[in-house]
Amino acid sequence: MEKKWFTISVYSENNVGLLNRISGIFLKRHINIESLNVSKSEIKEVSKFTIVVFTTEDWTRKIVAQIEKQIEVIKAYYHTDEETIYQESALFKIESHLLFDEPQIQNIIAASKSKIVTVNRQFFVLAKTGRRHEIDDMHDKLEPFGILQFVRSGRITVTKAEMPITALLNKMYHD
Amino acid sequence: METLKKKQGEQKESKSLRITGAEALIHCLLAEGVDLIYGYPGGAIMPVYDELYKFQDRLQHVLTRHEQGATHAAQGYARVTGKVGVAVATSGPGATNLVTGLADAQIDSTPMVCLTGQVPRHLLGSDAFQETDIIGISTPVTKWNYQITKAAEIPEIMAKAFYIAKSGRPGPVLIDVTKNAQFEEMDFTYQPCTRIRSYNAEPKPDLSAIEAAAEIINNAKKPYIVFGHGVILGEAEDELKKLVEKAGIPAAWTILGLSALPTDHPLNVGMVGMHGNYGPNVLTNECDVLIAIGMRFDDRVTGNLDTYAKQAKIIHFEIDPAEVNKNVKVDIAVLGNSKKTLGLLLPLIRKNSHEAWKKEFDKKYEEEFQAVIENDLHPTKPGLTMGEVVEEINLASKNKAVIVTDVGQHQMIACRYAKFDQTKSNITSGGLGTMGFALPAAIGAKMGAMDREVVAIVGDGGYQMTIQELATIYQNQTPVKIVVLNNDHLGMVRQWQELFFESRYASTVMTNPDFVKIAEGYYIKASRVTERKDLREKVEEMMASKEPYFLEVRVEKEDNVFPMIPSGASVSDIRLK
Repeated sequence: MEKKWFTISVYSENNVGLLNRISGIFLKRHINIESLNVSKSEIKEVSKFTIVVFTTEDWTRKIVAQIEKQIEVIKAYYHTDEETIYQESALFKIESHLLFDEPQIQNIIAASKSKIVTVNRQFFVLAKTGRRHEIDDMHDKLEPFGILQFVRSGRITVTKAEMPITALLNKMYHD
Repeated sequence: METLKKKQGEQKESKSLRITGAEALIHCLLAEGVDLIYGYPGGAIMPVYDELYKFQDRLQHVLTRHEQGATHAAQGYARVTGKVGVAVATSGPGATNLVTGLADAQIDSTPMVCLTGQVPRHLLGSDAFQETDIIGISTPVTKWNYQITKAAEIPEIMAKAFYIAKSGRPGPVLIDVTKNAQFEEMDFTYQPCTRIRSYNAEPKPDLSAIEAAAEIINNAKKPYIVFGHGVILGEAEDELKKLVEKAGIPAAWTILGLSALPTDHPLNVGMVGMHGNYGPNVLTNECDVLIAIGMRFDDRVTGNLDTYAKQAKIIHFEIDPAEVNKNVKVDIAVLGNSKKTLGLLLPLIRKNSHEAWKKEFDKKYEEEFQAVIENDLHPTKPGLTMGEVVEEINLASKNKAVIVTDVGQHQMIACRYAKFDQTKSNITSGGLGTMGFALPAAIGAKMGAMDREVVAIVGDGGYQMTIQELATIYQNQTPVKIVVLNNDHLGMVRQWQELFFESRYASTVMTNPDFVKIAEGYYIKASRVTERKDLREKVEEMMASKEPYFLEVRVEKEDNVFPMIPSGASVSDIRLK
């Protein structure tokens, strides 16, 4: 079966040990977590894990079933890139003198639609939000000039289709 | 129970009880109907033991000689009663010693709650004496776990623990309680847990799936049932029997399904899997409809998946959605508790019989009988076989005993030949294959079924892994019967070495102690059989004994268990020799 990018969205109770349980499910199948983001969700007191994997659909389905089995997990979904709107964020820290010594950098900033978050005498920080390949592309362009620090966030995703968690919670509660 | 109810009644009147966390833990156990627990004390759990001392008239604590023994005893108790088994240990090494039992209970879906002590909250993360991250360690081998650091959390968490352990697909839960939470005072009221919003214990049966399943079953020419532990856990033995009889379907079992249908039932065709019966394996690849009930298509059952039941429509009755299409792609999944789903299926099933198809199983059995069974049960060679010992136990117990087995050759032989006419009678470590399981599990099984004979059948290897529990048997005068089938080898590994590693017996030869003297050292009545002529008499003497009894049987050293599906081979390629 063909390997693809899948985004797994997990709605859960906010529980200390759950991250450990979920990561263990990937660990024991030797499936790398390409990106992980944990945040609050649209529902009060419900957390959302957004996990990106590159594997087959069969494995993704099995992993999602195992995740959903965990006591504190309310519901887990998986989606392909086409089914989602997704973004990542990145920060680039670069020496300030390069802004003046290397005019090309200003072109890169303009073309990438990134934002200068801060500038001081020593360094400036660029923030870029977008698809991973856009961030990678920007990284490749800036790298020859020297990047002091680089960091990229996990993917965050919303799906085109509905994820009816509130209805599900109500149903579980009233059943 | 009376006093408990009274006490709870009093509690209701006074709203709550001001007690320590340690005492609250005991009240939680009592409220859950627990009257017997297994464990081992130590520093971080001492406040709980102090309360156990005060409550000993209502809550019996059995001191095992190792925490692993406590878990297996709790498992044996749970498996024979259907109730939640409870094991208690201290922090650090006490807690880590539970891990094997937790893993065993997890893979064999056994309801168990383990309580561990933990260093006080202010010392967590400081590498304090006997501190270990048992939550981190036990996460992959528990259905749920939780660390209590405040006494006030105790009732709610304990109620959740029991609910999670026993509901849906059962499993082990570990609750770690810091010492300060045991000492602190709190206002105690107890509310049993009946739901957790993020946890759907059992899917509701889907009628359309059941109707589709019934249609396929009604039109099948060669239908075949394989049932597993889910039938026993769901208490669906009656429904299974009715289905088998009404539709006239030959039914085989996985190792954990054994005893859910009487072994002498005319449509019970035997065991599937690596050392299962010949017909049930080979005919898996000839049936037109395979009805899997409460089983999970373990690799020891299926052999090579690429050649497993490819010709058949497969219907899977299963409580755990994660098991569906995990190993074998199925045509219809019927999710839910087996008692409920089979109950809904039954009225839709047409009365039927499949005589010619059943005869194929009989024919295969005849072949297996000639090639294997006859020699196992009625050997003509001088050396004793494991099979004839099991047969003598059948005769002496009239198929009424609970048989507890360890792991290896003796386990396969016992499961192949032991006869049961009652459910929850075969207690063994199936999924994890835990050597050392049988002796402590037999203690728990006996304490859970005092009116029944409990016979532990153990190999000389596994026996020595938890042999210290003989002291538990002696101290409690638990009248279990222990049969060690001694071949002076780690028999199953030796068999594989003979078949697949050119007889290089790497570390499988055992120089054993005098097992009879060891048992006698624990003041347990003990005997040894070395010749066939003494076997029946000794087995009868053992079964008649009112006290614990140990019997060593010296069996043939290099016998092999057949039939056998070599690892990775197809069920069709099962070998008779």
